[in-house]
Amino acid sequence: MLSDITIGQFFPGKSIVHRLDPRAKILLVIAFIILLFVVRNPVSFVLIGIFLAVIYIVAKIPARAIWRGVKPILPLILFTSILNLFFVDGEPLVKWWIFKITAEGISVAVLMAVRIVCLIIGSLLLTYTTSPIALTDAIERLLKPLKVIRFPVHEMAMMMTIALRFIPTLLEETDKIMSAQKARGADLETGSIIRRAKALIPILIPLFVSAFRRAEDLALAMECRCYRGGEGRTRMKQLHFSHLDGISAVATGVVFVAAVLLDVFLPKII
Amino acid sequence: MAIIKTEHLTHLYGTGTPFEKAAIRDVNLEIEEGELVGVIGHTGSGKSTLIQHLNGLLKPTSGHIYIDGTDIFESVQILQKTRFKVGLVFQYPEYQLFEETVEKDIAFGPKNLGFTEEQVKEAVSHAMECVGLSDAFRKKSPFELSGGQKRRVAIAGVIAMRPKVLILDEPTAGLDPKGRDTILNLISDYHRAEKNTVLLVSHSMEDVAKYCSKVLVMNQGHVFSYGTVAETFSRADEIEQIGLAVPQVTRLFSALAKEGYEAGEEVYTIVRAKEILLEKFLQKGGA
Repeated sequence: MLSDITIGQFFPGKSIVHRLDPRAKILLVIAFIILLFVVRNPVSFVLIGIFLAVIYIVAKIPARAIWRGVKPILPLILFTSILNLFFVDGEPLVKWWIFKITAEGISVAVLMAVRIVCLIIGSLLLTYTTSPIALTDAIERLLKPLKVIRFPVHEMAMMMTIALRFIPTLLEETDKIMSAQKARGADLETGSIIRRAKALIPILIPLFVSAFRRAEDLALAMECRCYRGGEGRTRMKQLHFSHLDGISAVATGVVFVAAVLLDVFLPKII
Repeated sequence: MAIIKTEHLTHLYGTGTPFEKAAIRDVNLEIEEGELVGVIGHTGSGKSTLIQHLNGLLKPTSGHIYIDGTDIFESVQILQKTRFKVGLVFQYPEYQLFEETVEKDIAFGPKNLGFTEEQVKEAVSHAMECVGLSDAFRKKSPFELSGGQKRRVAIAGVIAMRPKVLILDEPTAGLDPKGRDTILNLISDYHRAEKNTVLLVSHSMEDVAKYCSKVLVMNQGHVFSYGTVAETFSRADEIEQIGLAVPQVTRLFSALAKEGYEAGEEVYTIVRAKEILLEKFLQKGGA
């Protein structure tokens, strides 16, 4: 059933990681991603790995959640690794026809795989510990400077909030329409690709119609409550940086600097 | 032989998680052919879950469902056939309309059934007649109709499949009083003309008392009672205890009886109440 799909992988909790300001978390994740592509030393990656493990333990996110997040990306990781394996120049170890595997190729392939896995695990931490609403709030605040160039920051954030809010609703709706059309004998499971694509029409059209109807209703309800966009709008939940954010930023900073220093001063392997 | 029969029908949601919950538990039912059954119960009493089992949209966690004496989950072919034998009209069925014209939308079901063009045509005409839509509607887009008309088109879409059993989940939800009466009268007429089995899920005891021959009362996933209207409302106190209301006119008459008036038993509809009152009035006038 469609309703079994979990969207928005937020794990509610009260850990230090959960309580951090979402803006701080976003900025730290960005710093983390940059760090991943700066360092190349295995020792640095060990440090990063320990760092991630500690945060996951503090945030009480179950290990299988990590696996669930990484699993869909595995083909991509495999693909990039294989490309790197064959197309990096250097001293060939094995040679066969036009293919050659080099020591450099192997190390670059492994490095890329480790980078991507760390990237996924690190950014999952953000969505696992931050509610979607807090996330969009934070994005709105962080993008605020773009208002100078007339970028509609508030509207963007509102759109994201609404979209997130309606994902479960639309899933439920899809489920209902599918049942209704199945009751009218629609066959959704068998046949060629073209037949199956055609079978989607009786589902997609009612879904679109209802999505537009919902959008209209929502727009009307918002206008009835005098919504006029972001101009002069105050917030119920103000975001505040606290000591906790400062301490975490410093702690993370120390780890990151350590990782970079290790990378600079340890002998180069790759 | 009962056309619909269920044996120990149980459906659990979220099995294997801490949120496991029985939507219906151990439902044993036998519904005879040709009945117009009112299905009544609270939100969450398992009505919708039950009716979705009857045409195989939901698979029971345990138990069996027999339509016409065949277990519907015996094979995929039988299940597919059951979908056509048991027509199910969902709540707010107008949200499932998708074709360009009313005619095409009603033809969707029969076409899936593999009717010939001739048969499809006939089925569409018959269904439109059943729901009181004139030929003028044929070429109209279903999206430009009024709410009540849309609903009639959607119901026609299921009737066109010529089901032996027609199940309607709250067909009057969200309609105005006039629209409600129209739909209920159409269903009643359809039932009388086709002599089919019809299940009508409803919130209104008044409607059920007025139109149905049997009443199925669901409570917390169990069958609370199944019997004729008179049998059901003879247990009025118990029904009120599970939080359902008996028709207002029944309440009034039992209150009158308690006050010592000879008000007569088995008064479930306004029509019946009027008859009794007139009778009493004439008696008094005569004496």
